[in-house]
Amino acid sequence: MKPDAWIRLLVVAAFIGAIELLCRTGVIPYAVMIPPSEMVVELVAILRSGEMTVDIAATFGNVVVATLIVVVLGFVAGLAIHAAPWLRLSVEPLLASYYSVPTFMFYPVFIVLFGIGSAPIIAIAVLLAIVAMITATLNGLDRIPNVLRKTARIHRMSRVSTALLVELPAAAPYLFTGVKLAVAYCFIGVIASEFILSGSGLGYEIAYAYNNFENRKMYALMLLVLASVTLVNMVLNTIDNRLQARQRR
Amino acid sequence: MTIHRHIGTAAVFVTLLVIWQGLHQLAGENALASPVETAVKLYAMMGDNDFWGHVAETSYAFVMALVIGTVAGISLGIVLGVSRLSSQVAEPILINLYSIPKVTLYPLVLLCFGLGISAKVAFGVMHGMIPMTIFTMNAIRQMKPVYLRSSRVMRLTPLQTAWTVVLPAILPEVFSGIRLGFSLTLLGVLIGEMFASRRGLGFLITNAMNLGDTQTIMAIAVLLTAFAVTANAGLVLLGGQGRR
Repeated sequence: MKPDAWIRLLVVAAFIGAIELLCRTGVIPYAVMIPPSEMVVELVAILRSGEMTVDIAATFGNVVVATLIVVVLGFVAGLAIHAAPWLRLSVEPLLASYYSVPTFMFYPVFIVLFGIGSAPIIAIAVLLAIVAMITATLNGLDRIPNVLRKTARIHRMSRVSTALLVELPAAAPYLFTGVKLAVAYCFIGVIASEFILSGSGLGYEIAYAYNNFENRKMYALMLLVLASVTLVNMVLNTIDNRLQARQRR
Repeated sequence: MTIHRHIGTAAVFVTLLVIWQGLHQLAGENALASPVETAVKLYAMMGDNDFWGHVAETSYAFVMALVIGTVAGISLGIVLGVSRLSSQVAEPILINLYSIPKVTLYPLVLLCFGLGISAKVAFGVMHGMIPMTIFTMNAIRQMKPVYLRSSRVMRLTPLQTAWTVVLPAILPEVFSGIRLGFSLTLLGVLIGEMFASRRGLGFLITNAMNLGDTQTIMAIAVLLTAFAVTANAGLVLLGGQGRR
């Protein structure tokens, strides 16, 4: 590991240690926050008992489905917008301010359109994440060096093989950044929808535990969500950095 | 070119309206209010004093969160960005904080700040501050080293360096960060109001959702979208002037 990675580990460990200490000494009251070590103990107990397995599977399943839809739809939409510059000029200002519209408010509409269950939650996650994928696709297509296309023409490659063998690999690192963002936003969309609106999944269980003053369970589930999202992000970031580094060579 | 652009944007708006009307026909009267119904409802709500009370509550929380988030985010970005090591250490942590579902932390915020406006403000700050820190930090990293060297030659204090050298140099990137932070702060405040709040636009939305009142939902959606798009355009103009 590089020195900055060691320091980072140290900073995070010191932060968690400080919270543990503040909780143990009673500076942070037990009613506000339980010590991190107890969160881990409680989480292990919950995972062992299997009471949350259905909710965990539902949440992660929704994230996977939503991500797949976002990546495919966002990529296709990005291609279409890139192909029509007039469309792009008029859509881009809207894309830039897209995130301030709280997509969650369209939940009732989705319930009527898709029924109760996972589908409206997935729809909200897709709505939240798709712009990131579209933007990344546009960016990737913009950054393909023209010389690559010219070389392909010299080699008399067909349009399809140029797209698959030259353009797609050249845009791949930028597309992957889009995938990474799509995963993060799908997690946010799914868990926030469950938290505010739905009656199942990890997000709902956290809100339910909060409303019933079950702090131990609430913090254990929070830890589960934060730890798994962090893990997924770390893996994706590592791949992303490798791809970017290869691009720079 | 600009006229073409305006025509294009107008065309996109018209297309969205047509899709909206189409969905209304498809989903039925009770599922989604039509554009006309929404406009009528919005006009009626505008005449209602109670509604402006909710708007004032949300605006107050939003402005507070935005001011705190901007000042704190940019300051933290400058502090972390000046040293190469500290920005390398901080960046992955910040990016992870940016991409975790912060709504899971909302109960913690409520337990710390209590039910009320300060919890909403804190939640808005949590959403908006991090992108501003990341943008500021990266802008400083990409700043020409000669600027910092000159400020050292002139023996400026760290505060003078930050205010008269660093901040003007990174202003365009800072504006991009503020634009993203602006949107996310609004989102944070609204999510905060949707869960465990009795006042504000977020509360109105949750209330309307429970009542199945899609006219109110769509009216607030239109109002928020119009506000967000206008404010974003304003920030783009401001940022463009900073670039001169």
